[in-house]
Amino acid sequence: MSTDSNSKVQGSKGSKQAVQTTGHAWDGDIQEFNNPLPTWWVWAFYATIVFAVIYWVLYPAWPIGRDYTKGVMNDIEYTDASGKTVTRHWNTRSLLDKEMVQAKAEQKKYLDQLAAASIEEIAKDDEKSNFAYSMAKVLFADNCAACHQPGGAGVVGSYPNLADDDWLWGGSFKDIKTTITNGRNGYMPSFKAALSSEKIDDVAEYVLSLSKHKTDAAKTARGKAIFNGQEGGCYYCHTKAGTGMVSMGSANLTDSIWTLADVPSADTLEAKKAAVKQVIMNGVNRKMPVWKERLTDTQIKILAFYVHQLGGGK
Amino acid sequence: MKHETIETNAAWLIVLVFIVISIGGLAEIVPLYFIDDTVEDVKVDGIETVRPYSPLEVRGRDIYMREGCYLCHSQMIRPFRDEALRYGHYSLAAESKFDHPFQWGSKRTGPDLARVGKKYSNQWHVEHLTAPRSVVKESIMPNYPWLLKTDLEYKDIAERMKALKMVGVPYSETKAEYEANVKRFGKDVAKFLDVNQAENNLMAQALANNYDGNKSNITEMDALVAYLQVLGTMVDFSKFEDGYFSTFR
Ligand code: HEC
Ligand code: HEC
Ligand code: HEC
Repeated sequence: MSTDSNSKVQGSKGSKQAVQTTGHAWDGDIQEFNNPLPTWWVWAFYATIVFAVIYWVLYPAWPIGRDYTKGVMNDIEYTDASGKTVTRHWNTRSLLDKEMVQAKAEQKKYLDQLAAASIEEIAKDDEKSNFAYSMAKVLFADNCAACHQPGGAGVVGSYPNLADDDWLWGGSFKDIKTTITNGRNGYMPSFKAALSSEKIDDVAEYVLSLSKHKTDAAKTARGKAIFNGQEGGCYYCHTKAGTGMVSMGSANLTDSIWTLADVPSADTLEAKKAAVKQVIMNGVNRKMPVWKERLTDTQIKILAFYVHQLGGGK
Repeated sequence: MKHETIETNAAWLIVLVFIVISIGGLAEIVPLYFIDDTVEDVKVDGIETVRPYSPLEVRGRDIYMREGCYLCHSQMIRPFRDEALRYGHYSLAAESKFDHPFQWGSKRTGPDLARVGKKYSNQWHVEHLTAPRSVVKESIMPNYPWLLKTDLEYKDIAERMKALKMVGVPYSETKAEYEANVKRFGKDVAKFLDVNQAENNLMAQALANNYDGNKSNITEMDALVAYLQVLGTMVDFSKFEDGYFSTFR
């Protein structure tokens, strides 16, 4: 049987080249052809060897002791930020250096202007403010939106709304820039231990009266005494008028804007009071991260401009 | 050896195939252990800035691996312009030299975390890990509510550190090793690399920073947030000249 098919193949190939077998037989009669490799394949194989040798010469390839061959003719050359010409063997890090320098050079006209201009000047100039706005929008999405939300509306109770015109730490360009540069820590102690639950109830009643809610007169009067007296000592941070102080980011309690107590979404006075009591009992300790280590001065400047614009600023 | 011997003996074939295949790997990998440029020099004033993880961070890292965070998050910022603009400086080999195993990864369902340290507040991490959609509406990250409720197991922390020490992380057990760490990393760091003090150091760090906002106990959340907050923060890039790290390639 095997000899049959063997002779058939030989026959069909004609007499040009008789196919050899490898010479050994398995299981008595199974043999293996030993066809020569196609010529194109053999040459392709030699070509890869030649390619490898050329590659060794041109690119980093061979380790030598604690160093390695760097290759010839594959230098990357660019002018760095300080104007120095740098030549190094090609590598992805140097390519990045080169691309960053080039990108900066393309934006240089605008970046220099932004670096030199005050935020007020940026806001006044259409070209500058358009460029600053488009850059800041991306920065805000990458760095700020996770807390302050896209658009800056914030999360009541956790992250302040930047798109309204109410500022804990001041809404001038300078204030906002300081906030972003150094971060902020909004701190109010917990009064759970210091005040009885009736007293917390009274002082919450008073807090709601500050923002023109219709409250119980007797309770409000008792609450006022606690707020402005030694017992609560709220006035120390929130002022006697309850308007808060920018220097310590203590919220203005007289406007109808709430950053921690979710008063607006509660329907009844009781529910609103519960929200306020929650803040008084638990206290506050929330942190705005420091950005001066992550972002450049110019980036912070245009973010301040962007945030200022979101909220209308002051 | 005759070809027939190899082809008729499966065990021989396996051994020889294995040897031939290893040659490629060995030739590419082994020299890296000896070449100076492989791991960047990140010393500042003679002190190494990249340090091993503190005991609490070690546990945080264990939880990171247990929960499979690496299935969606890489920790490897590549040297490309878009990545530099979004995440910051590209990752250095030096920054993961004490990672066993490293968490570089290549799957980015979520963002890269190599420099997430100090980007957000502890409170944000707690809210985000417990319920990601409470802060990022469109997030597809799973909730991890049990982290806040589960007390951290740390009785075996010294053993865990000893295991890492066996694969080359310089935690100290003897006085001499401690002194060597003082020279290498400075006194403050050397203190919490001391295996003998592991449990105390872990508790002290958790208590001092109160990562999960609850002082009464140490939870898995404390450990995980401690770990996230240190990622990518060890090297102060302002201390190195532009282009310095490119000389290491
Ligand atoms: C980890 C969450 C978080 C991130 C990220 C974050 N912030 Fe904040 N931010 C806060 C918190 C919390 C406050 C409130 C601090 C307080 O309680 O006083 C705040 C306050 C602010 C304020 C002051 C608001 C006011 O009413 O005075 C500004 C401005 C601000 N952030 C801008 C930014 C910008 C710009 C970024 C991005 C570079 C950013 N924030 C990123 C959490 C964050
Ligand atoms: C040490 C200073 C300090 C004291 C004392 C203090 N507060 Fe505050 N309070 C703050 C700060 C700061 C904030 C804003 C925190 C933030 O935005 O992160 C705040 C916020 C609030 C809020 C939330 C406002 C909002 O917009 O949601 C209420 C309500 C409040 N305080 C009531 C009180 C009452 C009542 C007392 C006295 C029992 C009191 N505070 C004592 C500093 C203080
Ligand atoms: C199913 C995939 C998935 C898994 C698993 C996952 N994440 Fe995420 N993660 C995401 C996505 C998507 C985002 C982006 C949206 C967001 O911020 O929630 C994200 C965002 C984050 C961020 C914010 C990064 C930034 O710079 O804004 C952190 C931190 C994070 N994840 C940590 C973790 C940790 C820790 C674990 C493990 C306990 C984990 N993730 C598991 C998908 C995942």
